[in-house]
Order: sequence, then C-alpha cells, then structure tokens
Amino acid sequence: MTDGHDSAYDGLLEHHTVTDDSQWAFGTDFEDPLAGVDTTIPDGVDARTLGAYCLMLGDDALVYSHRLSQWTSNAPDLEEDIALANIALDLLGQARLLLARAAAADPDLVPVLPVGSPVPPEDALAFFRDESAFRNVRFVEPGNGDFAVTVARLLVFSTHRLALLQRLATSSDSVLSAIAAKGVKEVTYHRDYAARWFLTLAHGTEESRRRLLAAMVLVWPLYDELFRTHPVERTVAEQGVGVDPATTADEVHVVLEQVFSVSGIDRPDVPPTGPVSGGTGRDGRHTEDMGRLLAELQVVARAHPRGLW
Amino acid sequence: MAVTSQAEDEAELLARFEATVGRHDRIEPRDWMPEKYRRTLVRQIAQHAHSEIIGMQPEGNWITRAPSLRRKAILLAKVQDEAGHGLYLYSACETLGVSRRELTAMLIAGKQKYSSIFNYPTLSYADVGTIGWLVDGAAICNQVPLCRTSYGPYGRSMIRICKEESFHQRQGYELLATMMRGTDEQRAMVQESVDRFWWPALMMFGPPDAESPNTEQSMAWGIKRDTNDDLRQKFVDMSVPQAKALGVTFPDPLLAWNEERGHHDFGQPDWDEFAAVVKGSGPCNAQRIAHRKKAHDDGAWVREAAVAFATAVVEERAPVSVSKPGEGSEQ
Repeated sequence: MTDGHDSAYDGLLEHHTVTDDSQWAFGTDFEDPLAGVDTTIPDGVDARTLGAYCLMLGDDALVYSHRLSQWTSNAPDLEEDIALANIALDLLGQARLLLARAAAADPDLVPVLPVGSPVPPEDALAFFRDESAFRNVRFVEPGNGDFAVTVARLLVFSTHRLALLQRLATSSDSVLSAIAAKGVKEVTYHRDYAARWFLTLAHGTEESRRRLLAAMVLVWPLYDELFRTHPVERTVAEQGVGVDPATTADEVHVVLEQVFSVSGIDRPDVPPTGPVSGGTGRDGRHTEDMGRLLAELQVVARAHPRGLW
Repeated sequence: MAVTSQAEDEAELLARFEATVGRHDRIEPRDWMPEKYRRTLVRQIAQHAHSEIIGMQPEGNWITRAPSLRRKAILLAKVQDEAGHGLYLYSACETLGVSRRELTAMLIAGKQKYSSIFNYPTLSYADVGTIGWLVDGAAICNQVPLCRTSYGPYGRSMIRICKEESFHQRQGYELLATMMRGTDEQRAMVQESVDRFWWPALMMFGPPDAESPNTEQSMAWGIKRDTNDDLRQKFVDMSVPQAKALGVTFPDPLLAWNEERGHHDFGQPDWDEFAAVVKGSGPCNAQRIAHRKKAHDDGAWVREAAVAFATAVVEERAPVSVSKPGEGSEQ
C-alpha cells in the first residue's frame, strides 16, 4: 500500500476556487453535455419538430430511469441492486443528452426561469416543465411493483428502445445518431439482463412463475401505445432524422416471441389501455402515477429556481 | 500425550502467526490463525460491509429528488459504489467461513452492528454533500490504515474501497462548494447540514481510547493501526482548513489551534448520545433495519427462483457430463 492514500484528503483544498472541475471524479466532466458535437440542424429538417422528437425519447428515458432508480437499496440481492442502478444510470445519461438536444434544436421548449438563474436548459426541461408538457409514453410511468413486474416491463421497454435506437443510429442528425450509437450498446445489455431474468422467473419456482404471469397482465395493456405513431414521429421519419415506432413493431414482436416461447409464457389476453380525449403520453396525457412521480423528481429543483447545484 | 502434542503444535502455529504479523506480512485465508483473530475479523469486516449496505439508505433517500441531472447521476453512481463495497467486503468475510446470507441474517436480527452515523436522517440535499465530505472523510481516515491490515483479503478490498471513497469525498465537497456559490438559502442549507453532522462525524472514530475495549488487542494483531483518539485528531486537523475554504463553521466553541501541541483543541461529542444511538435509540435505527429487512424478505422468492432455475439447468446438463469423462466428477 502506498502512502498516496494517506493524502486522499490533501487534494481537496488545492483547487477549491478554480472552476475547472477536471480534478473531480465521475460525472463532473460534462458541464455541456453536447460539448464538441456538431449541433447544426441538418438541411430539410424542421428544428421545432426535431426538438419535440428529442423530448419524446428523452422523456421516455428520464421517467423510466426515475422508476428504476427507486430499486436502489430495495432490490432482491446486491447484484440486482447494482445492475438496476446501472440501467437507470445509462438511461439518465441518454435523457440528459436528448433533453440538451431538444433545447438546442428548439429553445422555445425550455421553461422560462428567473433572470440570472444558472439552471442549464436540459435541467430546466427535466425539473421545471409541467406534466402536460412531458412527451413520454405512459408505459414507463406506473410504479415498479414487484421484481417480476420490473423484469417484464424492462424486457418490453428495452426491446422496443433497442429496435428504435438501432434505426436512429443512421439519423441524418449527427447528434441523434451519436446518442443512438452509444445507446444501442447500453440497451443491448438491458435487454439481455431482462430476458435472462424473464427466463429464470418463468422456470424458477411456482411462485416466480405465478408472479411473472401476473406481471404480464399488468404490463401488457400499455404495449400497443409504444407503436402508435404521433404526427411528430411521422414527420421526423419522413425527414430521415427520426424513427416511426410503428416500423419497429414486427421486429419487437419477433424478439419478444423468442423469449416468451422459451419461457412458455403467452401474451396475456387483455384489452389495451385507451387514450384520454384521443391523446396518449406523446400528447402530454399521462397516467395518474405521473403527477406524483414529477412531484418527487422536481421538488428540490423547483424550490430553488435560482439554485446552483 | 496427544493433548500435549496438540498444544505444542498450536504454540508453534501461534508463534509463526505472530511472526508473520510482526513482519507486517499478510495472513491469507489458508493460513492458520487464532480463533479469536478470526472472530475479531469477522466482526469488523461484517460491521464494515453492513455499514456500506445500510449506508445506501440515507443518501439513496435523495436520488429521486436530486436537483439536477448531473447531481442525480453522481449520487446514483455513488450509492451503487456502496453496494459494490458491500459485495467486496462480504466476499472478504466469506474467506473466513461465514456466508453473506448468514451475515445478512445477523444484521437483520440486530446481532451485528453497522456504523451508527447511518442512524441519523438526511434532511436536505446538502446532506448528500456533507455525508460525502465529513462522513466519507472520517471513513477514509479510519480506512486508509486498513489497507495495510494484517488480513490479506480485507486489506486488498480496502485499497479499492479507499480509492472510490476518496472520489466520493471530493464529490461531496464539490457539491457543498458549488452550493456555497449559489443562493443565500443554499448557503444556509449547507451550514445547517454541517452543524447536524459534525458531532456524529466525530463519533465515527469510536469512543475515547480509555473506553475502547477492543483497541489494544486489535492493534497487537495488526488489524487496527491507529487509536480512535489519534484518528479523531487527524480528522479535525484536516477538516478545519477545508471548512474555512468552504465558508462554513463547526458548532464547537472549544475548537481552536493549539500552537504548543501543533494540533487543534476541540470539544468532546456527547458520548451519552453515542451510547444511546449504538443501543438503538438513534433517530433512524428501527427504520434502517426495517428497510433492509423488507428488501431482503421481498426478494426471497426471487433468490429462491434463481437457485431453482440454476439447479434445474445443472440437472438438465448432468447426462451430458456422464458421456464426457472429467466433467461432473465432483458431484
């Protein structure tokens, strides 16, 4: 053991007044999440539509990350605690980049804060938007339930998101394609993790199988909404910058079928959750869970609109 | 006769063990060790592992409310690191013949302890920074010497843990420094948090040396390398200039530089409170154990399913191993 560790403390004072944070560890080196990336909007792409689209994918990641992070210190074993936190962290990173891209593409999306507020635009979007301005699918909103519900929801979500990100990697927007290329690697792991647990629970004990079947009934009603095309998604797909989710439905179906068939589990026969006044999550119409989720997510930030964190 | 010879053998083993410790070499899991040394290690490593796991709760309390996406990522990663530290330490403990399952059962039953600091609540976001700065800071003071502890697996775990803890401490300090550059409300939040955590942080070094029952033997065996009071003094001396740089004060009217000693003089924590918290009367003792118990109980069916699935897979593969000599021969 070197004596270097005895002085773990000494570094603290050396740069305390310097704003360069490079001395700090994880998480502190991304002041501008899009630093160094070409953020020019590609020709033929409508910036407002691109912004709205980034918000959709960013909000899916943000809200689901929030849910998964609630497993921290509550998981069935330490390994699962660590894995679920990893997945939540990956999605949080995706959310941060996508919200920053949304704000850069369309600054009008960003809530207006008091003059002089140091809150960066991606944080203003996450913490100062009202519920109806969130564009995530309702699929990611409900509480975690037990581990079986989490596994079933994660399997479906990550299969859907992976299909989406794989297509998005060829987006004409260099920012979106870069975010997607990074995300594909992450979400491939998420899907693998969920599929392995799905199989384990299906063939584990009677109890785990019973819970998994019950979980499918809970998760499935919001499945169809994942593939419902919003006008914004149709436009970005036409412009070559985004993906129409309906085009991923077949692939998602096939991948899930593989997992379900080896697990000996059928898709439950339950009616899909209907829209609210014709709208769903992408239109800003959410579940009753969403308000409480946002109240928790936003409470500290909103109490300090001029706060520096 | 046999008894005498056994006693002679043991005397020789003990002499060899003490020589190894005396040379500051490592004791490894295969080596002979006195039963009391093994028990002391299990107690200490388990307490440390439990502290990492229980320690996830007070900070985990703020993950869903972190006020920026960057802070949320840092906090989530930090709490995840603590789970990882718990894993290494439980593994180190398993080399001494006690399983993670048994240790968790003892924690939940209140038969093993964890650091009392985690029985205090986190009441504002500044607490995330204060825990990083003062609590992780005190932990580092306690733990750095353990990188050279006599038991190999423990010492090696501690090297990695200390590296990560020093990241956490810097992140905590950086959060507080950032908040101090923010609004008046944020500065007040930081000061209030430091006021609440200063004394409990000093208690983390344990009772004064005169009242520390385990220190002498642990030092002789090279499990522990500094006394409680020495480490406490070191912590105070290091923290005072940091507080000054940060712009906060510590709630101790006796805190003053002593030129003659070359150290700071400081007041004593309320040791009655310390004893009460250790005995279970802290603000969060019952809550922390109930939380851990609930997670463990709620997860039982998942762990059982994983075992059942793994067993079924092994049984399915068994016929294959029959046709391949060398495989499955240990079953």
